[in-house]
Amino acid sequence: MSEAVETLPLERAPARIDATPLLRIVVPVVLLMGWWAETALHPGGLIPAPSEVGVALWDLAFGGINDDAFSQMLLPDLIASASRVYGAFVLAAAVALPLGMLIGRLRLVREMLEPTLQVLRPVPVTAWLPLSMIMFGIGPKSAFFLVALGSFFPILLNTIFAVRSVEPRLFEAAQMLGVSPARLFPKVVLPASLPGMFTGLRLGLGLAWVVIVVGEMTGVQTGLGAMIMDARQLSRTEIVIAGMAVIGVAGFLSDYAVLMLGRKLLAWSPQHG
Amino acid sequence: MIPPVLSAINAGKIYPGGIEALRNANLTIAPGEFVCLIGASGCGKSTLLRMIAGFETVTSGQIIVRGKEVTGPGPDRGMVFQDYGLFPWLTIRKNIAFGPIARGKSKAEAMATADRFVSMMGLDRFADSYPHQLSGGMKQRVAIGRVLANDARMALMDEPFGALDAMTRERLQEELLTIWRATGLSVVFVTHSLEEAIYLADRVVVMSPGPGRIVAEERITLERPRDVSSPQFNDIRRHLAALLHADHAREAA
Ligand SMILES: Nc1ncnc2c1ncn2[C@@H]1O[C@H](COP(=O)(O)OP(=O)(O)OP(=O)(O)O)[C@@H](O)[C@H]1O
Ligand SMILES: [Mg+2]
Repeated sequence: MSEAVETLPLERAPARIDATPLLRIVVPVVLLMGWWAETALHPGGLIPAPSEVGVALWDLAFGGINDDAFSQMLLPDLIASASRVYGAFVLAAAVALPLGMLIGRLRLVREMLEPTLQVLRPVPVTAWLPLSMIMFGIGPKSAFFLVALGSFFPILLNTIFAVRSVEPRLFEAAQMLGVSPARLFPKVVLPASLPGMFTGLRLGLGLAWVVIVVGEMTGVQTGLGAMIMDARQLSRTEIVIAGMAVIGVAGFLSDYAVLMLGRKLLAWSPQHG
Repeated sequence: MIPPVLSAINAGKIYPGGIEALRNANLTIAPGEFVCLIGASGCGKSTLLRMIAGFETVTSGQIIVRGKEVTGPGPDRGMVFQDYGLFPWLTIRKNIAFGPIARGKSKAEAMATADRFVSMMGLDRFADSYPHQLSGGMKQRVAIGRVLANDARMALMDEPFGALDAMTRERLQEELLTIWRATGLSVVFVTHSLEEAIYLADRVVVMSPGPGRIVAEERITLERPRDVSSPQFNDIRRHLAALLHADHAREAA
């Protein structure tokens, strides 16, 4: 067989010296240096130096420096936030995935629900905050609701789009091979729309990390959002920034894990594999 | 006389928009026969093929496959599409096993069948690759293999080699003929290439547009393998080209 196969994993080009790791750290280093220079030029300003934030981060994680209300609170707060993020995300996915499939494939359901959803979609999650506090009380339930709401729409919309844009040719192929119309859904629609649903889940989880902080800023005792809010009230800006950094890293790692999972499960898809 | 595997009787198609894609098509195909449909763009070749496959309904007349009127797609009529239509989420082996599994064979049996056709189509090296990792020619081998693995009695092929380069195309024509001889499959093959039609077919059916209809049939009795540069081959080509062009001339007039 002389025909070329472009991307068999066995036939990768030999390793070259790779400059990308260097490329990736240029911007963070420049930002960090700018920040440091700024604080060095204006000592005693409102913005703490990177070193102060580093110390605050250490104390948040391990204690032994300040021994105040924030010491050693990193892990409990991170766990509180992460459990809300994943709990609400799972709930949102459990509703949005089946609902999206129904809306995508059944005209009746689509006609019934789509207008409502299109009107609800542009309402930002933050605008729901007052209402959610009335409905769920001040506390973690309200935060949970906001997170679920925030990740619901990207999952739903991507699922609808994915199940609607299955190539018609694949239905024909399946039918001429003996798949009955009733079996087309599990045999064709479901596998064909997995990459689209996966994109929705990834976006939804990313948004959950954004929303959690907003959700925890009002009347919640635990979590990274609450920690940042408390620190703000005490003018502990170094803790605010440390909290921001933790959220950024946690969200990034969470996304990375999902991405790797997608690579494994969707190896067949040129976009994911 | 052996009953035909397929007969189209005054088959016609008017699409919902009102376009008459096919009028009064009459065509019978004997078991094991290789028939090519040729004609200008828009003359209803795909429409006829898709009606035989059961993807399009017949709006007048009938299409009968082995004694039964066609009411929908079925595994006895395997289709090979120009754009392959492989399942991107399945490996090559599983793409070929898809049909047997859909028809209720056990996983083990389906996989054994698939392995047989993977080898037959020269795809061993790619058995565990995904379709996007294959060249066009390889993909079309898979598409043919899955139809064969599904015990189709008839292969419906809509410009299957139209998107391939000349070398690959010639090789696949050769392989298709070998398989056809070995299996006794009936083949309806749509092409735009007169040469391809004469090279492959027992019978070439000439169609013409506006509305689409069958205007001529030519039995090709040249011994296989056929020599495309032989005088006899050229005579047939000239004759069929005249039929096709007569039609264009009428159109232009
Ligand atoms: N789904 C459809 N709905 C409406 N009109 C259609 C449809 N499919 C085909 N047609 C029309 O029917 C006529 C015949 O089309 P068909 O695809 O059968 O031609 P063809 O001979 O296969 O052409 P080509 O060589 O370009 O593939 C054309 O005028 C085409 O526009
Ligand atoms: Mg066509």
